[in-house]
Amino acid sequence: MRSVQTIYYFLKAVCNSFWIIRGHISRNHYLLLAMFGLLLPLAAWWLLSMSGLVEKVFMPSPLDVLKRAFIWFSDESLMADIWISTYRVFAGFFLSAILAIPLGVLIGTYQPIKAMFEPLMDLIRYMPAVAFIPLVMLWVGIEESSKIAIIFIGTFFQMVLMLAEDIRRVPNNQIEAAQTMGANSNEIVSLVIIQSAKPALLDTLRVTMGWAWTYLVVAELVAANSGLGYSILRAQRFMQTDKIFAGIILIGLIGLAIDQLFRLLHRKSFPWLYLS
Amino acid sequence: MNSKINISNAQKIFVSKNSNIVALKDIQLEITNNEFITFVGASGCGKSTLLRAIGGLESLTTGSICIDGVLIDKPNVDRAMVFQHYSLYPWLSVMGNIKFCRQLKIGREKLSSADVEAASGRADALLALMGLTHVRDYYPNQLSGGMQQRVAIARALMSRPQILLMDEPFGALDAQTREVMHDLILHVSNLEKTTIVFVTHDVEEAIYLGQRVVVMAPRPGRIDSIVKVNLPDKRNQDMKLSPQFLEQKKEILTRIRETAGMHTDFELLGRMTQITNEA
Repeated sequence: MRSVQTIYYFLKAVCNSFWIIRGHISRNHYLLLAMFGLLLPLAAWWLLSMSGLVEKVFMPSPLDVLKRAFIWFSDESLMADIWISTYRVFAGFFLSAILAIPLGVLIGTYQPIKAMFEPLMDLIRYMPAVAFIPLVMLWVGIEESSKIAIIFIGTFFQMVLMLAEDIRRVPNNQIEAAQTMGANSNEIVSLVIIQSAKPALLDTLRVTMGWAWTYLVVAELVAANSGLGYSILRAQRFMQTDKIFAGIILIGLIGLAIDQLFRLLHRKSFPWLYLS
Repeated sequence: MNSKINISNAQKIFVSKNSNIVALKDIQLEITNNEFITFVGASGCGKSTLLRAIGGLESLTTGSICIDGVLIDKPNVDRAMVFQHYSLYPWLSVMGNIKFCRQLKIGREKLSSADVEAASGRADALLALMGLTHVRDYYPNQLSGGMQQRVAIARALMSRPQILLMDEPFGALDAQTREVMHDLILHVSNLEKTTIVFVTHDVEEAIYLGQRVVVMAPRPGRIDSIVKVNLPDKRNQDMKLSPQFLEQKKEILTRIRETAGMHTDFELLGRMTQITNEA
């Protein structure tokens, strides 16, 4: 009885602060609602699969998926698949980042470089990464490097443009203040522009890391024989819907974990943003 | 008096697709050493453009600006600028911001250990002068607007500039904070013996701070008149109510209203009120 009352008051408190424009809720309420938001679709899925309205081959139950994931882990090569896929994503992502960061800084800082590169980047970024597969196989071959190349193609061009935009958003006053303190252009780039844009750059990397993961399945279309994306594709051929579900959810969970790590890194690297 | 800044025939035209905007037209002005000069005028009169040109952040279309007889064409450490906002480095502490110029090559060139000590001595002195000692390790976004501007001023003074350029530095502050900042900057100008060029849209501020007030007019941006402020050198807040002050304030405001071509149309307001009443 008491707990019912507690829940009632709790829900009342949540409801009262629900529709406040730009309102704040306590951390506990936040976590509870987040949990609710995650569990609701799970519950809906469970009910739908249990109701028997949908055939198992179209929609396996969460339990089936869990079982399948366990078999994948114990009898097949789940950890190896996770490892190789993570490796491909990280390799493609870091290759993109290493090239995109300097290019983005240059495009965002120097107008002539922007003129030379931005239209080109805009053009290429609309080209579908999937369509590059035959070319990549032709040029790069069918080894690991080809999968990394596809992820690179999928993320690099967007990344450059977003990083350049971050650089452009550095307030002019910060740059001009440095000029009147006698800074030369190298110092302005390294001590002001990059420092000022760093938090935004890291955020952009976090977002583009998500995109790198979405290109994983595409990348593993290329003559792969391992990996999460490859396993999903193979499960499709054998109508193992439960394995498809397991693979997709695993990629989602890994992505979520990496995203949280990026956020943690952001908080640790830029403590001055999180004061107040 | 020796001339510090010499502006002759300064002209700035912004070229755009449809029309050319004359931001500055035939500016002639001599600013003496250690002078506190203020620029006031309606929006678009070119006062900020002129200040930026002195700072070397904006190039002139024709004409020239000389500092101590030397033509300037780019920003330099002898002319520090204080902006209205967003110029502090949020990733550096208050002390880090003030010492920023020490990170630069220009600050490192003539570096001896005595210089380093002198520099940190100066940084501490500036912290004390600006009332920032207790927030030396804070980040800018932990400070109020007034405190942030104190940091900006201290940072600008750190490299001992000969000229301090201020572009509406107190424009975003509330009235009370602004008064405190006025007395502070007057104190600083006395102590540091820098020439200060101060741009504002607030006539009272312009008179209270300046030895001379340059009234500018828009379309084309030009100097309308130069008013020598009729107040003792040592200012205090009560002077803002003195007859001389009010008279000069009225004189300048009249000039600005006339040249801005903006006025309240009481006839139109009356008609609008009538319509409201009828409805």
